[in-house]
Amino acid sequence: MAKKVALLQGNEACALGAVYAGAKFFGGYPITPSTEVAEVLSAELPKVGGKFIQMEDEIGAMAAIIGASLTGAKSITATSGPGVSLKQELIGYACIAETPCVIINVMRGGPSTGMPTGPGQSDVMQARWGTHGDHAAIALVPNSCQEIFEETVRAFNLSEKYRMPVQVLFDEIVGHMRERIVFPEPGELEIIDRQPPSVSPADYKPYDSSKGQVPPLAAFGSGYKFHVTGLNKADDGFPTTKAELVDAEERRQIDKVMDNVDDILKNEEYLTDDAEVIIWAYGSTSRSARYAVNKLREDGIKAGLFRPLTIWPFPEARTAELAKQCKAIIVAEMNLGQMIYEVERVSKGDCAIGGVFRVDGEPINPGQIVDKVKEVL
Amino acid sequence: MAYDYEKSIRPGKLPHIWCPGCGHGIVMKGLIRAMDTCELDRAKTSIVSGIGCASRLPGYLDACTLHTAHGRAAAFATGVKLADPEMTVIVCGGDGDGTAIGGNHFIHACRRNIDMTYVVMNNYIYGMTGGQFSPCTPTGAKASTTPYGNPDPIFDISKLAIGAGATFVARTTAAHPREIDKLIVQGIKHKGMAVIEVLDDCPTTYGRRNKFRSVVDMMKELKKNAVPAKAAAKMTAEQLQGKFLTGVLFQDTEKPEYCEMYQEVINKAQGA
Ligand SMILES: Cc1ncc(C[n+]2csc(CCOP(=O)(O)OP(=O)(O)O)c2C)c(N)n1
Ligand code: SF4
Repeated sequence: MAKKVALLQGNEACALGAVYAGAKFFGGYPITPSTEVAEVLSAELPKVGGKFIQMEDEIGAMAAIIGASLTGAKSITATSGPGVSLKQELIGYACIAETPCVIINVMRGGPSTGMPTGPGQSDVMQARWGTHGDHAAIALVPNSCQEIFEETVRAFNLSEKYRMPVQVLFDEIVGHMRERIVFPEPGELEIIDRQPPSVSPADYKPYDSSKGQVPPLAAFGSGYKFHVTGLNKADDGFPTTKAELVDAEERRQIDKVMDNVDDILKNEEYLTDDAEVIIWAYGSTSRSARYAVNKLREDGIKAGLFRPLTIWPFPEARTAELAKQCKAIIVAEMNLGQMIYEVERVSKGDCAIGGVFRVDGEPINPGQIVDKVKEVL
Repeated sequence: MAYDYEKSIRPGKLPHIWCPGCGHGIVMKGLIRAMDTCELDRAKTSIVSGIGCASRLPGYLDACTLHTAHGRAAAFATGVKLADPEMTVIVCGGDGDGTAIGGNHFIHACRRNIDMTYVVMNNYIYGMTGGQFSPCTPTGAKASTTPYGNPDPIFDISKLAIGAGATFVARTTAAHPREIDKLIVQGIKHKGMAVIEVLDDCPTTYGRRNKFRSVVDMMKELKKNAVPAKAAAKMTAEQLQGKFLTGVLFQDTEKPEYCEMYQEVINKAQGA
């Protein structure tokens, strides 16, 4: 049987990807350019017995999805930069309480209201550091409608597997662009669910990591009684101020990501094997970058594209290798320079680094990248 | 026979953090008695709180307990309840947590009429952070941030809840411990958003600054000013000056409950 295909907006693909992944709860607050994710889920979730709630603000939305997730429902919210700013305190809560959930950020530009209908990529550092305290982050950056569907599924998988919030960031261009998408059959993409406890309710400890870095998670209402708090806690979930326990917990919650980067990282490379210059680009900008690579090759310049689909954790090892191999890395991003700091940090001066930045609400075009490469080389 | 509270308390979790004479402990005992009266299955009961002295309560009780972030309890609880409408959801916390930083979530939970029982421990001060004024600190009173007396008018939490759409609203005080569990029982049994405001005391950060010589004085003041709603009906405005009403202040059994409304959405979506 032929697969189901459709012409879909990125935001719609995201919503349908969430349903495919088994999402059963959405809590959100409308904001351009993300609103279609909510609109589609308000129609689709009840069809599968899931729940959609429009909360009073983004903080409430984040709170509701954490509450729902602890009650066993795979949960998601969708917003844009200003909404993520509001969610920050509770993103940290989801980190320390180790609660799986997915946060979609359809990025626009500017601090504050900025340009609500224009694209941007200026929330990538917010995705890494946007909450107080030390914590690990996982963030994915798809660049097409098909990929938004698939990466939303992967975001759920990672959040369930590592018991933590996962952010998916794409910009207004991909969010609102329509492309043909081919729906995977049920079962075609892997679906990962959180690991349930194997012990009896009486023996259950919600943060017991003796059998692995990610403790099994029971659901409220399933027979297990346990305590969840945002305070530093011992393995039984109750607050502690014992230095060694606090230290071990904080480190474990970061190590569970950093020890598993091979599982979490994903990237695409185009003509990097012999490349003298690497364009380092993500999201919709990587589409222009691919054009630029072709154009440069036509002009006799050995260019290649490195495109991370996971930006957090940062693809350190591969970026460092490429820096050793090539003469220059050009980072193209719709902000005034954010990921370029990471590229500079890990390339340790092994090659020249240049940036192509743009924040005027227009996409970066291939010509800009080509010009920059010629300037740097 | 003395009431056995121990069986509801998580082993090893006492002593609690509350100061001697703090009213929050009286509310917790009332909640335990109410949960027993309702014969709640603890594994199907979630107790959700925010941050503050009052919000430490869930940690002591044996149930599915969720100690969240300052002000956000009602929103977390909304997620728990909607995800599993079979859970009994109880929210508890202070006046600051519920009506200042959490005011927005509080009124919207009331508006939705989602089936939960919200016990507000109103000690009219931010206890945990050392006695800054809250939206419920009486005008003129002393708090650590009102050295010249509080210039702010107050929220009447019960009226706020009624105005926002809660369908069971009641008030009592820590000086009326028996009424606490009676009202919480009614709140739990009520289908919809129940708000039980319990006026209690913070001797440490409020009493001290406001010339209460002892906890007993604070309790006496609560007793003196509490007027049962029924009795108030026969009193003049003059006689009610400076008093507050207690007992069941409002109940509406007609307004649909939120999770039931959402079940209708599911039925429609599934074409039933
Ligand atoms: C976002 C945030 N802001 C401020 C605080 C500090 N804080 C902790 S408890 C509290 C006030 C608690 O007062 P209330 O809710 O009335 O409870 P009580 O301690 O009096 O029982 C404040 C302001 C915090 N924890 N988080
Ligand atoms: S500071 Fe006040 S509210 Fe907090 S425990 Fe002490 S008496 Fe109770």
